Amino acid sequence: MPALTLNNLHKNFGKARVIHGLNLTVEKGERHAIIGPNGAGKSTLFNLISGLYPVSTGDITMNGRTISNLDSHLIHRLGLSRSFQVTNIFMGMSVFENIRCALLWPAGLGYSFWHLCGRLKGVNAKAEAIIETINMMERRDVLADVLSYSEQRTLELGVTIASNPDIILLDEPTAGMSHSETEQAVALIRKVTEGKTLLIVEHDMSVVFDLADRISVLVYGNIIATDSPEKIRNNPAVQAAYLGSSIKTTTC
Amino acid sequence: MLEFVTFSLLNSLVYGMLLFLLSSGLTLIFSMMGVLNFAHASFYMIGAYVAYQVSTWVGFWPALLIAPGIVGIIGALVERYGLRKVHQYGQLAELLFTFGLAFIIEELVIMIWGRVGVDYKIPSSLEFTLFDLFDTSFPAYKAFMLVISVSIFLVLYYVLVRTRVGLIIQAALSHPEMVGALGHDVPKMFMLVFGGGSALAGVAGVIGGNALITEPAMAAQLGTIVFVVIVVGGMGSLTGALVASLLISFLQTFAIGFDYSLYDLVNAMDTWPFLSEAAGPWNDLLHVKVAQTGPVLPYLLLVLVLVVRPKGLMGVRET
Amino acid sequence: MSSSIQNPGPSKIPCYGIWCVFALTIMLLPFFFTSRFSISLFSQIGISCVFALSYNMLLGQGGMLSFGHAVFMGLGGFIAVHALNLISENTLPVPLELLPLIGGLGGAFFGSIFGYLCCRREGTPFALITLGIVELFASGALMFPSFFGGEEGVSGNRMIKNTLTGFDFGSEIEVYFLIGSWTFLCVLCMYLQTQTPLGRLANAVRDNPIRASFIGYNPSHVRFLQFVLSGFFAGTAGGLFIIRYEIIAYDALGLVPSGNVLFMTYIGGVGHFMGPILGAILISILQLVLIHYTEAWQLYFGLLFMAMVLWAPGGLSWLLIVHQPVWKAGLMSKLLPSYLQALATGLIFFLGLIIFIEINYHLSLSIEPGAPLELFGLVMDGHSVVPWSTAISCLILGLWLFRHSVKMVAAQWDAVMVIITKKTLER
Repeated sequence: MPALTLNNLHKNFGKARVIHGLNLTVEKGERHAIIGPNGAGKSTLFNLISGLYPVSTGDITMNGRTISNLDSHLIHRLGLSRSFQVTNIFMGMSVFENIRCALLWPAGLGYSFWHLCGRLKGVNAKAEAIIETINMMERRDVLADVLSYSEQRTLELGVTIASNPDIILLDEPTAGMSHSETEQAVALIRKVTEGKTLLIVEHDMSVVFDLADRISVLVYGNIIATDSPEKIRNNPAVQAAYLGSSIKTTTC
Repeated sequence: MLEFVTFSLLNSLVYGMLLFLLSSGLTLIFSMMGVLNFAHASFYMIGAYVAYQVSTWVGFWPALLIAPGIVGIIGALVERYGLRKVHQYGQLAELLFTFGLAFIIEELVIMIWGRVGVDYKIPSSLEFTLFDLFDTSFPAYKAFMLVISVSIFLVLYYVLVRTRVGLIIQAALSHPEMVGALGHDVPKMFMLVFGGGSALAGVAGVIGGNALITEPAMAAQLGTIVFVVIVVGGMGSLTGALVASLLISFLQTFAIGFDYSLYDLVNAMDTWPFLSEAAGPWNDLLHVKVAQTGPVLPYLLLVLVLVVRPKGLMGVRET
Repeated sequence: MSSSIQNPGPSKIPCYGIWCVFALTIMLLPFFFTSRFSISLFSQIGISCVFALSYNMLLGQGGMLSFGHAVFMGLGGFIAVHALNLISENTLPVPLELLPLIGGLGGAFFGSIFGYLCCRREGTPFALITLGIVELFASGALMFPSFFGGEEGVSGNRMIKNTLTGFDFGSEIEVYFLIGSWTFLCVLCMYLQTQTPLGRLANAVRDNPIRASFIGYNPSHVRFLQFVLSGFFAGTAGGLFIIRYEIIAYDALGLVPSGNVLFMTYIGGVGHFMGPILGAILISILQLVLIHYTEAWQLYFGLLFMAMVLWAPGGLSWLLIVHQPVWKAGLMSKLLPSYLQALATGLIFFLGLIIFIEINYHLSLSIEPGAPLELFGLVMDGHSVVPWSTAISCLILGLWLFRHSVKMVAAQWDAVMVIITKKTLER
């Protein structure tokens, strides 16, 4: 059974048809990248999958279960987690608090107002471990608001994977980072998504070809090709529609 | 009955247009600047008091021009030296700023003019009966209020639809960042709109203060009603504000005319099985007269609209 | 809001020392200040503390600006007073000491009804719905005289037989100790609540509701539960109010007391747990003291609030917290001279302001505007030029000097910050 299946998906904003008739299958355990020109509908697609926008028509299934038009928090509880293009973390909290908040629901604490967070030894230890994984131990008690940009992106990745989800959606995780920061981020993404299903939107072609097992090309609301990186690189339709000659220069 | 309906219609038209004068400025300010101005009705109060003061010196007619001007300038200064500063702290701080401002203006009015109302009279040149219908007379001043508010509505409409400034303001209603990106001086425009909106409230104060009552509580009385108008009408919609102003004023005016309660109704039906004389909240509810519900209805409407239809009657975007 | 940062700190279990000091303070206060006036003031402060902290559960913790919080304290109070009357008729077997609990349950009950209406929205719509609710009660309460008691309100008598402790609560001091214990208990519970998953999530939803939903939580649900708990503590404050005053009327539900708690909380500071307590203490004292001396107390109150909004949006607690590193580094002595200067020049300005305001109030509100006004032991005539010119020259001179010394304070502050940064880097 595939991890995610998108079947004949449509999304209109008023008269604008942003996604029309999209089909996509993401296999379990694969790292799948979505590329496409600006305005192709990549972020919209993520927002549809994660339940932020209601679907116009069509359906989305996750591990065989229909999740279209389910509320975001319910989709998350089923094991899908995501990051955002614009950094989306709890700015008024420390790094540790950010990570721990993401661990509360999986720990079965619900909306409890009778447990003291300080006494939750298991949760706290897990949070420490995740901070260790994302190499932010030194910044443990720093407010998210005063972290540097790439640290905030890293923290967002930490928050996203904290709940140990099956499927991870990353929306341009390296946008705005320097070359060396990007390399570190890619290594980190590779580490934390080991054995999970990853769906990633990325503009940096070197990142895409480095990470992805398969690539889908999204152009104006439709996927025109899905294939392995090598075949995508050599697909003439893809080159004509989107990559053009730039692919050779960016991947050299 | 016909008499009641005719005069209720006329009165609510007059009151509704007064509400519109107030709410048009508020909705312009809100949709452009994102600031829900709690002090808007306070500018209405300042308008009435300044008009009273000026009219004791030079008479009503000059005051009709001078008072809104003064209120407009005060409004612009408040925007320039207060609101612009708190803008950086976010929406919550802006809301708190205007809330505190309303509080302070009320205290300042008490400080200058005292706790009891002032004797702001309608000008003697307008103190006559325009016409008699059935047994009730319609005063000329109400007609004058109607003329002023309708003509301001027309001028406002013309400015917004036909002039360059109006076009920019319209654009800024829906896309303020874009207007800034096109090279217009957005802060200056904010000051202008805030001043202009306050001046409109000032006009309402000048013509409404003497017809209703000029006292320190007048701002608080109208303040929340004006919020109801812009929420029910839909944020950013002038037409919505007009419709909601009239709707609310019809509701309130007509409710006052009915001196009946649920109790009277079920009594008339004579077959209500649950009727008991025991005191308690349900019994109270039965005995509430429709006339008493006048002040409650707008707020009931506000809560209902916000919960059920956040866009309001004619709004294009959610509250 | 940039200032609404709940100091995260290391998430320890509360230090027992602070709580012991707090309990001791409550216990010992009436032995140092024994007058009837001060003891009744302390009771009032206790009630305000609970009320303001419950308000901060919404504003500070959850980022929800409510204009109608007094509705829950008021309804809690009304339910408590009706319960009190039932207890004294021996129909309700509850001891007096537990009356605030009944008020709290009432507050939570109404909190769940109105929370259901408000909490699906956030920001301005949320604030508007609460505004609608408070106006609904303010204008509708008089229609239900059997519950709200009409214009004169509902009264009860706290001196009933059914008590746990054996006190009859006839004296001010017994009432104080009852209110003090409840205050301690409520403050402790509200503090602990900030350390629970729900308390942390309220912060999360305040910072970023979308992210909150992507860690598995429904933001509306978090807001709703926070709202109900806040209603509970507000209702408890209402129950305490009944024990203290034995009467409550419809105006306790209105916009004025709701605005009051907003002022208190904001002036104290919404970003720190201590903030509302500071605010409640300061404002309660100001209210009870100033009201004896001046008609204009509400104006001073409003001006203080506006000054906070404009120049210190983090409130008093924030002002204290930013000085913590300076204090630790032992550099306060570098700041003090400039502070004293600012204080002195500020006082000149303030003096001018007070004279100005008091003369004006005297002229427009006094029964005899012609009579001279006594201020700080000085006698002034409102119709002569002297006080006016004094006031205006004080205002101008004070403002000019104050602006000057504010620049000095800023310069000193920067210098101190540079030293502290250097020290931390060296380490």
